[in-house]
This record gives sequence, structure tokens and C-alpha cells, in this order.
Amino acid sequence: MALPVGRPEEESGLEQIEVDLLLEGIYRRYGFDFREYAPASLRRRLRRRMDGERVETLSALQSLVLHDPQVMERLLLDLSINVTAMFRDPTFFLAFRRQVVPLLRTYPFSRIWVAGCSTGEEVYSLAILLAEERLSERTRIYATDINEAVIDVARLGVFPLEKMQEYTHNYIRAGGTRAFSKYYVARYDGAQFARSLVDSVVFAQHNLASDAAFNEFNVITCRNVMIYFDRPLQDHVHRLFYESLATFGILALGQKESIGQSPHEGAFEELAAEERLYRKVR
Amino acid sequence: MSYELIAIGASWGGLHAMSALLDGLAPEVDPPLVLAQHRRVDSQRGALAELLQKHVERPVREPDDKEPIEPAHVYVAPADYHLLVENGFFSLSTDARVQFARPSIDVLFESVAAAYAERAIGIVLTGANEDGARGLAAIKAAGGATVVQDPASAERRFMPEAALALAGGADAILPVEEIPGFLYELCVGARR
Ligand SMILES: C[S@@+](CC[C@H](N)C(=O)[O-])C[C@H]1O[C@@H](n2cnc3c(N)ncnc32)[C@H](O)[C@@H]1O
Repeated sequence: MALPVGRPEEESGLEQIEVDLLLEGIYRRYGFDFREYAPASLRRRLRRRMDGERVETLSALQSLVLHDPQVMERLLLDLSINVTAMFRDPTFFLAFRRQVVPLLRTYPFSRIWVAGCSTGEEVYSLAILLAEERLSERTRIYATDINEAVIDVARLGVFPLEKMQEYTHNYIRAGGTRAFSKYYVARYDGAQFARSLVDSVVFAQHNLASDAAFNEFNVITCRNVMIYFDRPLQDHVHRLFYESLATFGILALGQKESIGQSPHEGAFEELAAEERLYRKVR
Repeated sequence: MSYELIAIGASWGGLHAMSALLDGLAPEVDPPLVLAQHRRVDSQRGALAELLQKHVERPVREPDDKEPIEPAHVYVAPADYHLLVENGFFSLSTDARVQFARPSIDVLFESVAAAYAERAIGIVLTGANEDGARGLAAIKAAGGATVVQDPASAERRFMPEAALALAGGADAILPVEEIPGFLYELCVGARR
């Protein structure tokens, strides 16, 4: 009996089956959950690992990944996108200084959640900004990421020396008013940022996909994290943020992420639309 | 066959070529045009879209992540992001550069081939590198239509030549001024 198999134009349907099975396998074997990641980029990263392992099909990659944890480790590196920078998108930090800082001044104390903080560059940038605005004593930053390894780097606060020129430039464009070099000391292994900057920062592991809300915040920034998620997971995270924000709290997204994707869009008004700063009004 | 998306890749000389293409584009050609144009990472946000808007009525914009893809729009990949399509909406990424490029034409085209297959048209314009060649081959293999700017008429001929070599030719090889007419035939001519 001939089995009914798909026509060639259904090849992409076949690929989707293989992707689904692989991700399900990874989840059940290792506990990493990539099932709700944006499919187009995910497929590219999987294909890169296929090339790296010299296999022709996703099913073959699946077999390797399930039987060999070292292959899983390599795949994990392909799937984790941790790129970040200090004062990334300087105009965002400028808008934060001009439009969010005055709001923070009206509170005796405020909490900021940096969700998906990666190796911490964004946290140190915010901490510098708050120190310059004399708000350090009145704010607490909670910095979280799914990945323990990047949080460890963030806690250390040592960033590549060769980046300092770029970061200095960003800092100035972000409205920085001091000598950027006074915030770090050059060491053989990198630029060690002042510990005092992050004295009151709480670093913690937190998975946006599965962990619950853990506090009420006046500001949540989640930049360049949700672009890696598919739409249902984005909805889920937006709900989490909505529930975690105080009334009149601020939500900051990445330069190319829009509140239009949020099921709670109607509850926000634009604070600085170009810079993706929104305010929860109901 | 009806085409639902036109993907365009350009590098060196692309602003000029893309302007000429838009100048000649008939309003009836209504599939969305999606452009990956190489440029400096610190290019001003939205600047390329603004320049191109001068050449065409339909809206030209840099899409946000997960933005729906609409007909009769021109979409430009933002500087320093890869632009990918899913079925009906965009997806952005800051994954590593591909062949030194972000946006990468190959990344856009390969996602177009996967999501739109025979409903896609891929166009490679002027440039001085090999980006777009693999992507055009993928669109062709998926059953889509392919167009390459005639290398002899291109400001930089290397990229169109590389695309032709890897994809094994194209459905049309044309000076950029003649591409709008060919798109009209593909998208409107077939409907008549
Ligand atoms: C591209 S980095 C963004 C870093 C920083 N926010 C910025 O804009 O520069 C994305 C980060 O999101 C984290 N991430 C991915 N999935 C996550 C999840 N489900 N929960 C929490 N963090 C996640 C990754 O580990 C990575 O560090």
C-alpha cells in the first residue's frame, strides 16, 4: 500500500513537523523551552547548527541532540541571543532622562524591572543615569534573565575594554554629563564598573514564559527580548507586564517593538512613541 | 498564479536603483514590496524610507516586529536588524551578521521562500558582494519568480552576477527601468 505523502510544495509543512518534534524533544530531555520562539529566525539558527554538525535533516539533528548533551550545548549557544550594549539606542536613554525621570521624582520610592537584562550593560547604564539624577537612593532595580550564566557576568560588571570608546560615545548622546571613564577602572581583563552603581540592584533568574509576577513596578523595561518570541508568548509576557505595573507605570520596549502587539494596548498611552516608552493609564 | 509578495535586495548603488524602480511602478501592482538594503549601522532611523517615499504614493515604512504585511506598501528593513517574514507578518532579529550584513538579503529571501514559496517574487539589484545569491536560489527552488538587474546596467555588477551564477539564471534579467513593466505583467497582466 502506498502511503499518502505530501507533495513537494508541502515540504515546508514537513520542515515544520521536524522543528516541532525537535523542540518538543529538547524540552522533554533538557527542559529548555524554545517551542514558542519566533519560527523564522529559529529555523535559521537550527539550520546553522545542522551545517555545523554536518547533518542534512532536522531529524538527524534531533537524534544527535537527544543522545549527545555536547551537541545540545552547542545548539544552546546558537539559540541564545545575548547581544547588548551600554546605552544601546542612546536616544532612548535621553528620553528616559527627560520624560521618565521627572515622573520618578514624584514618588518617594520606585521599583524598576529590567526583564531580559542579559550581561547587564543595560542595568549599569540605567544605574549611571539614576545616579546622575540623584535618584539612586530612591529606586531599586530588579534585573532578571532566563540565563544564569549571563546574570553572573552582570553581577561582576566587567565589560570589554575595547567597547569603552563606543559606550562613551553612546553615553554622551544619551545626555551623559560627566566623564564616562570615572565609572570604571581599566583592568587587564576588562573595564570594572563601580560596585556602588549596583549596590542595591537585585539580580535574579526569572523566566518570562513560565514564572509569575513577583512585585509591583513603576517602570518595566524589556527591550529586544520579545522579538525572539512568537505572538502567543508575546501576549503572555505583555499580560505579565500589565499585571506587574502600577497604575501610571512605564513600559519601555525595544526600538522596533510596538505596544500594538500587546493585548493591553488600550490601557497604555504613548509617553515617547518613537522611543517606545508607554504609560499605563488604566 | 498570483503573487503576494515582492522581495528586493540591494547594496552599493541601491538607493538610486530602488528609486528608479519605484518611479516606474504602476499603482495596480499591489503586492507588498519588501526591501533589504545594505547600509551603515548608524544610519538614521527611517531615513531610507523617507527618501524612497518621494518616489511612490503608497506608504513606505520600516516595520516593527510582528507587524502585519499589507498590500500596496513598501517595507524597508531597519538598519542593523534582519528582517524576516512569516506568513502574513514581519519578524525582526538582531542575530549575528550574515556575510557582514545586517539586514541580510539572504536572511530575508530565505524566509520569503519558506513562507511564500511560489507566491513570491525575488529581485536582486546592484551591489558589490554576494549577498542575495543564496536567497534568490531559495526563492527559485520554492517555485517563486526571480528577477535580476542586468549586470551591465548595474552601478555594481558583482551582486547581480553572483545571483545569476548561483541561482542558475533568472526569469528576467533587465535594466532597472524595465523591472516595473515586468512586475506589471506578472502581477496585473495575469489577472486580465
Ligand atoms: C538580545 S538580549 C537583550 C538585552 C538587553 N535587554 C538589551 O536590549 O540590550 C535578550 C535576552 O533575553 C533573554 N531571554 C530570552 N528568553 C527569555 C525568557 N523566556 N525569560 C527571560 N529572559 C529571556 C536572553 O537570555 C537574553 O539575555
